[in-house]
Amino acid sequence: MDKKERKQFIAKRVAKELKDGDIVNLGIGLPTMVVNYIPEGMNISFQSENGFIGLGPAPKEGEEDKDVVNAGGQPVTILPEGAFFDSATSFGIIRGGHVDVTVLGALQVDKEGNLANWMIPGKMAPGMGGAMDLVVGAKRVIVAMEHTAKGNHKILDKCNLPLTAANQVDMIITEMGVMEIIEEGILLKEINPKFTIDQVQEATEAKLIVTDDLKEMKI
Amino acid sequence: MARIISMDEAVEQIKDGMTIMVGGFLSCGTPCKLVDALVEKGVKDLTLICNDSGFVDSGVGKLVVNRQIKKLIASHIGTNKETGNQMNSGEMEVVLVPQGTLAEQIRAGGAGLGGFLTPTGVGTVVQEGKKRIEIDGEEYLLELPLRADVALLLGYKVDRKGNIVYRGATRNFNTIMATAADTVIVEAENIVESGEIDPNEVITPGLFVDYIVGGGDR
Repeated sequence: MDKKERKQFIAKRVAKELKDGDIVNLGIGLPTMVVNYIPEGMNISFQSENGFIGLGPAPKEGEEDKDVVNAGGQPVTILPEGAFFDSATSFGIIRGGHVDVTVLGALQVDKEGNLANWMIPGKMAPGMGGAMDLVVGAKRVIVAMEHTAKGNHKILDKCNLPLTAANQVDMIITEMGVMEIIEEGILLKEINPKFTIDQVQEATEAKLIVTDDLKEMKI
Repeated sequence: MARIISMDEAVEQIKDGMTIMVGGFLSCGTPCKLVDALVEKGVKDLTLICNDSGFVDSGVGKLVVNRQIKKLIASHIGTNKETGNQMNSGEMEVVLVPQGTLAEQIRAGGAGLGGFLTPTGVGTVVQEGKKRIEIDGEEYLLELPLRADVALLLGYKVDRKGNIVYRGATRNFNTIMATAADTVIVEAENIVESGEIDPNEVITPGLFVDYIVGGGDR
């Protein structure tokens, strides 16, 4: 799989985690692609933390509305059943547990469910934006990312970059498999048949716990 | 009571060293004509409270490029490389705040609250120097209110009493900043007579607004 195929594969698998009626917030980058793979007829509402629910498809060229942008500042559309709100309400929705699932990328995630995705000291400090609130407030936090970064581990024993939040990640979905954070560590639940368990473990710093009924990762 | 003034009179309200709040999210909902007039006037040593630092060529980012900001309080600065440059060189102090915390600090500032408790930031660098309080076994950070000398807002439709209707996703920080500054100036895309906005549709009541500036089309 090339990079684009890997990302599509991950986004497709994330889409399968969403349930009818869910309120979902998608982070910038790979998570945004999830919207393309929602099964027909499934009713999912997407929240955009800059102030609305009912995020629709991208506008046609020439039909962009400067007042309707997503949290990345890109022109988007709002569905007829959508609603706009201000930032205090938006983050009341987020912290108040009204968002069922948030999907975010990560620089690092560890076996305690700690997440680092907002800065690299001395290199990159764009700010946390709404990520800290989302990770703390959403009922379920799914990290969607490529398993390694240029061969370097991203799933660690302990994050060493500044945290976005402590102990909040529920699930990690990569091109190699689907993992759940449990009390004892990281549970490998599904594996992409293109890889062996040893290969997944090699690409992971934290020791994986392999579930007895390990399933094939399907999209 | 709200009064319609000229752009020149509006920027006269802002003096060197003041703290200002500017509405908008990546320039969407930012009163760009007021910001441009501030850039022209060249007031300096401002403390700016805004969701983000915009772009080098749009929104509040121009104030950063023009070196008018001494201190920035924002949730995101990644879209304006000049902010990072001035932060790293020590020219500008930057305080990064989680977006929900920033919104609530402003809301608290305008609502007469002495602060609030949030779970956001617990276990991260955000908790440094802050009081941690446990309630029913859950840990929270005590966050304090934010206020400003002047708030600059963007309204889509504003009547002569200062009642504001916003359009689309532009309301973001505008509604709360309207409540949290000593002087509130709204850049109105459309100014209408009193009574032309149905009271059911008003989003920011005019009582919060001091001055209205005609913005016209953006």
